[in-house]
Amino acid sequence: MSFINYSTREIILKIVYYGPGLSGKTTNIKFIYAATNPEARGKLISLETKADRTLFFDFLPLSLPAIRGFKTRLHLYTVPGQLFYSASRKLIMKGADGVIFVADSQEPRFEANLISMDDLKENLAAYNYDIEKIPFVIQYNKRDLPNVSPVSELRAALNPWGVPDFEAASGAPDGPGVFNTLKAVVKMIIQDLRNA
Amino acid sequence: MLRSARVVDWRGEQSAASGQGSPLASDCTSMNPRNVVFEEEQRLLEEACTRLARESLAKAIFLIDQNGQIVVAVGEIASIDTTSLASLVAGTTAATSSLAKLLGEEEFPVHFHEGKRDNLHISLVATEYILTVVFDQRSSLGLVRLRVKKATERLTEIFGELARRQSADQGANVFSEITDEDIDNLFSDNF
Ligand SMILES: Nc1nc2c(ncn2[C@@H]2O[C@H](COP(=O)(O)OP(=O)(O)OP(=O)(O)O)[C@@H](O)[C@H]2O)c(=O)[nH]1
Ligand SMILES: [Mg+2]
Repeated sequence: MSFINYSTREIILKIVYYGPGLSGKTTNIKFIYAATNPEARGKLISLETKADRTLFFDFLPLSLPAIRGFKTRLHLYTVPGQLFYSASRKLIMKGADGVIFVADSQEPRFEANLISMDDLKENLAAYNYDIEKIPFVIQYNKRDLPNVSPVSELRAALNPWGVPDFEAASGAPDGPGVFNTLKAVVKMIIQDLRNA
Repeated sequence: MLRSARVVDWRGEQSAASGQGSPLASDCTSMNPRNVVFEEEQRLLEEACTRLARESLAKAIFLIDQNGQIVVAVGEIASIDTTSLASLVAGTTAATSSLAKLLGEEEFPVHFHEGKRDNLHISLVATEYILTVVFDQRSSLGLVRLRVKKATERLTEIFGELARRQSADQGANVFSEITDEDIDNLFSDNF
């Protein structure tokens, strides 16, 4: 749910990174934090376990330039991917304006991606969101590793809708694909607002 | 439709959370219902919060929506990272509310955190907003509780006005003029 304040003239968009445990959701937003001009970013909050696994969420606020006189702010959240944190994932999804599904391209994680995608569909349904209508993009992450499934196989299994999808390596020093993924979902959200 | 879709969205969520299924399910298939705040109500909300800060001897008051967006911040806020505070308060409130439902309670409408120096009193207003009072030894829990109760009535009234205006305001879409170029330009500077 976008938040529009006519008094402060700002609009806030909430974007959630979803996906199985260890797929690189936190790594995506850490990369964005590191690569963003300090004036354009707020503090990165990570609520994580001692073993660096997301426990509740990561949160990163970003400022984009004004659009039609409205300051645009992005609130990026990641969910905890581990299966048993289902209740937390559901809370974080609430009010999302757009979703990025971060898949782990490694062969042994193929099944984990499918389970997480089913879980996402369930959580969207709980909020009465239609996965075919919401701003939604998919990222095939960890493309730098040797044991990855071909993109065509991942796409066939995870993207029957043909939503925009991107290859990425969020853990690589130059984070290829990370910003393209984010830009794509922001574009979809704003196009949706325009056509509302 | 859009603005009322927002209410549908939340109700849908609440009934889903309490396991009753949503009778309104078909009304909300898109993800972009909007929460809109207008200048008039913003001013009234600020007034009410400033008054609460004064009467409860609080350090700072924050009015936050359920998604962690700040509507009002008044008092000694210069040293506080308000954006972080708002997202964490919304997170803890969402978790607390889920705990209530898990135990068969409808809601825990108030929660309180006591520190060595500062305390945090968090309460729900008009079901969709979160009132957060930061106070220290200049005030007390009793006083804060009392004043919050009174302020909540006033805030609820204002949010009622806001909801009416939101459903009346069907037409204007500030974003209808946006071009694809505008959207591309969003990313040219910072990244
Ligand atoms: N090789 C490689 N490793 C990556 C990449 N992205 C993330 N990783 C590594 O994968 C591990 C897990 O990354 P996280 O970002 O913590 O994963 P997550 O999805 O947030 O996991 P949860 O918080 O448990 O849901 C870390 O060791 C990262 O360094 C990538 O593109 N390539
Ligand atoms: Mg994580």
